[in-house]
Amino acid sequence: MPLQLYKIASVEVGSGGQSSVTFSSIPQGYTDLKLVFSARSTRANAVEDLLISLNGNNTGMTNRNIYGDGSSATATTQGGANILTNGNSSTANTFGNGEIYIPNYAGSTNKSISIDTVSENNATTAYAQMVAFIKPNTDAITSVTLSSNSSSSFMQYSTFTLYGIL
Amino acid sequence: MSKTATYAKIASTTLSTSQLTVSFNSFSGYTDLICVVNMTRTQSGNNFSLRFNGDTGTNYSQVYFEADGTSVIPGRNSNTNAMRIAAIAGGFGTDQAMLTINILDYANATTYKSALTRYSQASTIVGTSAGSWRSSSAVTSFEIGAIGATANFAAGSVITLYGIQAVN
Repeated sequence: MPLQLYKIASVEVGSGGQSSVTFSSIPQGYTDLKLVFSARSTRANAVEDLLISLNGNNTGMTNRNIYGDGSSATATTQGGANILTNGNSSTANTFGNGEIYIPNYAGSTNKSISIDTVSENNATTAYAQMVAFIKPNTDAITSVTLSSNSSSSFMQYSTFTLYGIL
Repeated sequence: MSKTATYAKIASTTLSTSQLTVSFNSFSGYTDLICVVNMTRTQSGNNFSLRFNGDTGTNYSQVYFEADGTSVIPGRNSNTNAMRIAAIAGGFGTDQAMLTINILDYANATTYKSALTRYSQASTIVGTSAGSWRSSSAVTSFEIGAIGATANFAAGSVITLYGIQAVN
């Protein structure tokens, strides 16, 4: 049986840092997209709050969000932000991880997105999170961008890989 | 000789009309199954269920953990006649929901079977569930959707089944 999880592109942030990561000109021939990342930002906090933009904007995006911090669980609903990863006050050399799944990304329906993340920290501030996003737009997705909601930058060795699932 | 792990598409359907459930019954030769659902519902109703091999006995149980934007909702059910794997609200014509259903080691004839599900519907719910089917029979078919309920898959819903073949 052929392998049907294809790497489309990957980014590893260099020594100068990077304010955002964009996968553009996404081929339209797959069924779903999966973006996995390992990230740390320059934000002076144990946790960073990421934005996701599709086709260059996050207009009208809403989410249902649940996260646990080791002592309690919280439910929220927000706009385009609130994807958690590590900030620069977390344990040194430690990166948060996440997976973003976009089914039927090339179709003509509104786009739903499922996101699971963890922020790793050898301290009391660490999170495990599940998010349901929707972008109320029927355009096919041709680009995906992740950026900091605090105007920080991704640090060196942060990695992002986009897969197409056929 | 080395082998290559596979993640293979077994079947995919885009519904042309609404229907209550979708079934799969041809998926031999894999280790695990993953069913990805991207759907809307135009009728009201929440529960989204899974049934194996047409078993209508009270042989299912499940635990779930979800949030509706305001509250965290833990729950469990036991001795049910289908596995409640998600809460997908109806009445949202264009609000897509997605589910990823993992059915592990489905072909073994020794242990009870498990299904792990992750579900997202941005207007209403985000959650995860783990369910058990108390049967050691190999899974030869499964049905998902509004089992014993009325909320449907709307036309345009896309359901894709993948097989994963483990290597030694």
